[in-house]
Amino acid sequence: MHHQSHPAAALEREHLVVIGNGMAGCRAIEELIARDPSRYRVTIFGAEPHVNYNRIMLSPVLAGEKSFDEIVINDRQWYAANGIELVTSDPVLAIDRTARTVTAQSGRTVGYDRLLIATGSDPFIIPVPGKDLPGVITFRDMADVDHMLAAAGKGGDAVVIGGGLLGLEAAHGLTLRGMKVTVIHLMPTLMERQLDEAAGWLLKSALEARGQTILTQANTAEIVGTEAVEGVRLKDGTLIPASLVVMAVGIRPSVALARDAGLAVGRGIQVDDHMVTSDPAILAVGECVEHDGQVYGLVAPLWDMCRALADGLVGSHSGYRGSVTSTKLKVAGLDVFSAGDFSGTDGAEDIVLRDASRGIYKRVVVKDDRIVGAVLYGDTGDGGWYFDLLKRGEDIGAIRDMLIFGQAFASGGGVADPKAAVAALSDTAEICGCNGVTKGQVVACIDAGGHSLDAVRAGCKASASCGSCTGIVETLLAITLGDAVEAGPRTMCNCTSFGHDDVRREIVAQQMRSIPEVMQKLHWATPDGCSSCRPALNYYLLCALPGEYVDDQQSRFVNERMHANIQKDGTYSVVPRMWGGLTTPRELRAIADVVEKYDAPMVKVTGGQRLDIFGIKKEDLPAVWADLNAAGMVSGHAYGKSLRTVKTCVGSEWCRFGTQDSTGLGVKIERMTWGSWMPHKFKIAVSGCPRNCAEATIKDFGVVCVDSGYELSVGGNGGIKVRATDFLCKVATEAEAMHYCAAFIQLYREEARYLERTAPWIERVGVDYIRARIADDAEGRDALAGRFHVAQQFLQDDPWAARAAGAEREQHAPMARFTPHAVPA
Amino acid sequence: MLTGEWLDIGWADEIPVRGSRTVQVEGGDDIAVFRTGDGRVFALADRCPHKGGRLSQGIVHGGAVACPLHNWRIALATGEALGEDKGCTPVIPVKLSGGRVLICRASTMQAAA
Ligand SMILES: Cc1cc2nc3c(=O)[nH]c(=O)nc-3n(C[C@H](O)[C@H](O)[C@H](O)COP(=O)(O)OP(=O)(O)OC[C@H]3O[C@@H](n4cnc5c(N)ncnc54)[C@H](O)[C@@H]3O)c2cc1C
Ligand code: SF4
Ligand code: FES
Repeated sequence: MHHQSHPAAALEREHLVVIGNGMAGCRAIEELIARDPSRYRVTIFGAEPHVNYNRIMLSPVLAGEKSFDEIVINDRQWYAANGIELVTSDPVLAIDRTARTVTAQSGRTVGYDRLLIATGSDPFIIPVPGKDLPGVITFRDMADVDHMLAAAGKGGDAVVIGGGLLGLEAAHGLTLRGMKVTVIHLMPTLMERQLDEAAGWLLKSALEARGQTILTQANTAEIVGTEAVEGVRLKDGTLIPASLVVMAVGIRPSVALARDAGLAVGRGIQVDDHMVTSDPAILAVGECVEHDGQVYGLVAPLWDMCRALADGLVGSHSGYRGSVTSTKLKVAGLDVFSAGDFSGTDGAEDIVLRDASRGIYKRVVVKDDRIVGAVLYGDTGDGGWYFDLLKRGEDIGAIRDMLIFGQAFASGGGVADPKAAVAALSDTAEICGCNGVTKGQVVACIDAGGHSLDAVRAGCKASASCGSCTGIVETLLAITLGDAVEAGPRTMCNCTSFGHDDVRREIVAQQMRSIPEVMQKLHWATPDGCSSCRPALNYYLLCALPGEYVDDQQSRFVNERMHANIQKDGTYSVVPRMWGGLTTPRELRAIADVVEKYDAPMVKVTGGQRLDIFGIKKEDLPAVWADLNAAGMVSGHAYGKSLRTVKTCVGSEWCRFGTQDSTGLGVKIERMTWGSWMPHKFKIAVSGCPRNCAEATIKDFGVVCVDSGYELSVGGNGGIKVRATDFLCKVATEAEAMHYCAAFIQLYREEARYLERTAPWIERVGVDYIRARIADDAEGRDALAGRFHVAQQFLQDDPWAARAAGAEREQHAPMARFTPHAVPA
Repeated sequence: MLTGEWLDIGWADEIPVRGSRTVQVEGGDDIAVFRTGDGRVFALADRCPHKGGRLSQGIVHGGAVACPLHNWRIALATGEALGEDKGCTPVIPVKLSGGRVLICRASTMQAAA
């Protein structure tokens, strides 16, 4: 490392000093040598003890797939052969721009004619307590890998903070090295900057299947330990034991040197198109620079920068114009690719292909017939092709329909017409991979009378499982029948080719547990659904997994999120529950107090015999609920797809015609059924005699008391289309009336489509079917009622109480408030 | 942090993913701040171009929000109604800086004017 003497000619050459012996610094010199090997005398300072190596390949080194020697780009021989002086393990500490010198840690000072800063990035360390404990490391250079390998040799638990590219590669390597790894990620999905939610979910499932624990939406509070790391504590209090913590939460351009030297620095060292900084004698390249407002964290842009830089150094200025980047995860068996903008900006359209049986998800984002982004999971073979089309801004209008199937299909064999492509398939070609159905079998099924998609699904099971072959089946129907194809039942929405019943059946059959899982397994055509399918899926999962499914608040309509009724001016109305329509002075006083205290402009008696308080502000809701709760009242669910009210008449207790205690029964039924989420709103009434003052025969479930018992009827509706109930049966006791009611509600919960009231449901399935299930089948009735009561254990939970106690306060409070004249400029 | 052009309104992760929060401006409409499934943040006047529905209370999906009153879909990036519906809601420029959400000062003050 001492000064070498150079031939006389060399001394006359301009001296180019490079700070940073990394990927960009050395590549720049390679490019320079390729253009003019004799123009500059070169000295490179490197902080690391190594020659130039391929940093990207640190992941395979950690995973044991490569050795350090295999990732060296330029060995010592290369430096020597090109007359480059390499100074290793000696970081430059200062630049003196007036004297044109740099000074390194060893004290050595060297003069320069041109200086190139290529210092790369520094890993970002989250400022939590314990961050400096031994055993907390980053993942940036070979020294970090050596540390990790030493720790992994002892086995035990590791925590990786950060679920981005780097963190997941670290987690993978450590898992292969025998550690038990937990990944902590702040965001709800992994690699959220590169992947959309669907691909992120697939990736998470795949990593979990490999034995890693993935915690999303997890916020690190501190790293615990006395002498060395012992674990990581999350903000929610969870403690995860670990003897090794890898911080991979991001990188920051390494700009300290440049800033101290007074160069223009933004997020990175600012450079022009020729990689020249604010000082014409100083250049910069790589991750440490900011060009046109952009900083980069991948190698591809560096190569472009290095070309422009070398051109500039030899006087033939070409200029760097910024880069579009693509990302790949280098974890064996997990093929993930993303490029461009896949965030679904305005006017952009998604083409999505999901193949659940093969674990594939592909999404190409198209705008004005040009690809603007792509996310591929499971099969990334066409990533390069999409990326190329994207970079070149190619018009893909002509191949749009075929695009998602990839290059071979879209441009191969001149088959640009999907119909022709399907017609050309042989009879033995497999159409439906899930159920192993061939084209011949599908056509035979159509010939045998399967004239709609649904009929084909029922007849030969093609497209009945994941639906990815729906398009081909539809084409076969069109080819075989022409105009005679019959439209099937409506699909849930434009996000899927399945109807509600199919989706529900598959959720149960395939034991699906989350909305992203349903969307992947059933080939949703959009990345995160729409406002019609999301609430439906949320309900179906809730119904299928009582007590287990975690409700997705963002998939609920506002009323069910706010537990109040939104009005057209953005205020809410609040309806406390009054069991069976009965109330007390205490309740009435509490309501009156709320009306006055919160200035509610109106109170009204509703059609369901409750009091509705109007004009409550979002911010005041928790306080209103607290006041009502204090008087013993709970949420009336007047806003939800759920049990609304049980309307009663006074019955035998007061009325001279009354035959049974209709009020008492109404109160009991309401206590049994409140809180239950259903496909749509649900109303009940109990009348004390056939005069039917409670209008029980236009309710979803009606009870009319008679001398000898209780007449039950179902499917009534008083809305736009008035419908009287259908008679179900007569029972002798109150207990039976309640039991039948529970069974009927559960049947409705399990079989009606989301947003289908009982009236259209019963018209669709026929009242005989309902009678067969509820009145005639004692065992089935018991089972239904049993499932209802199980679900109720979890659902009978007053949502107001939790909110009044402070839960989800952020839903009610604004993030910030500004008073215009008080805002300092 | 309060710079001349931008107003700091808080951490991005205070906004639920696929959800929204509001910012109150005295004397004006609220501003609805949204976070999408892929973590992008947008801000619009909290007023649907149809009949003034509170967009902050809608369902966020993809890059759009469905109004809670009559289900119009509004593009978060442009404020335009999507599909058959016609209308536009003012957009408030947003930027993210170190996890903080900054909204454009001028547009915010305009919302109050
Ligand atoms: C584990 C890992 C996996 C990656 N995988 C991929 C991938 O798959 N695809 C991809 O495109 N990118 C990947 N990257 C990113 C890629 O490695 C970087 O974009 C690239 O290395 C940046 O090159 P650079 O020269 O700017 O910085 P570096 O390669 O970091 O080089 C900077 C060098 O400067 C040295 N230095 C800093 N300050 C001083 C000083 N004052 N004096 C002397 N020397 C100094 C540093 O020690 C370092 O050696 C990965 C990175 C890592 C860490
Ligand atoms: S329904 Fe019969 S019992 Fe009930 S109030 Fe009317 S008349 Fe009396
Ligand atoms: S007010 Fe928004 S859709 Fe009607």
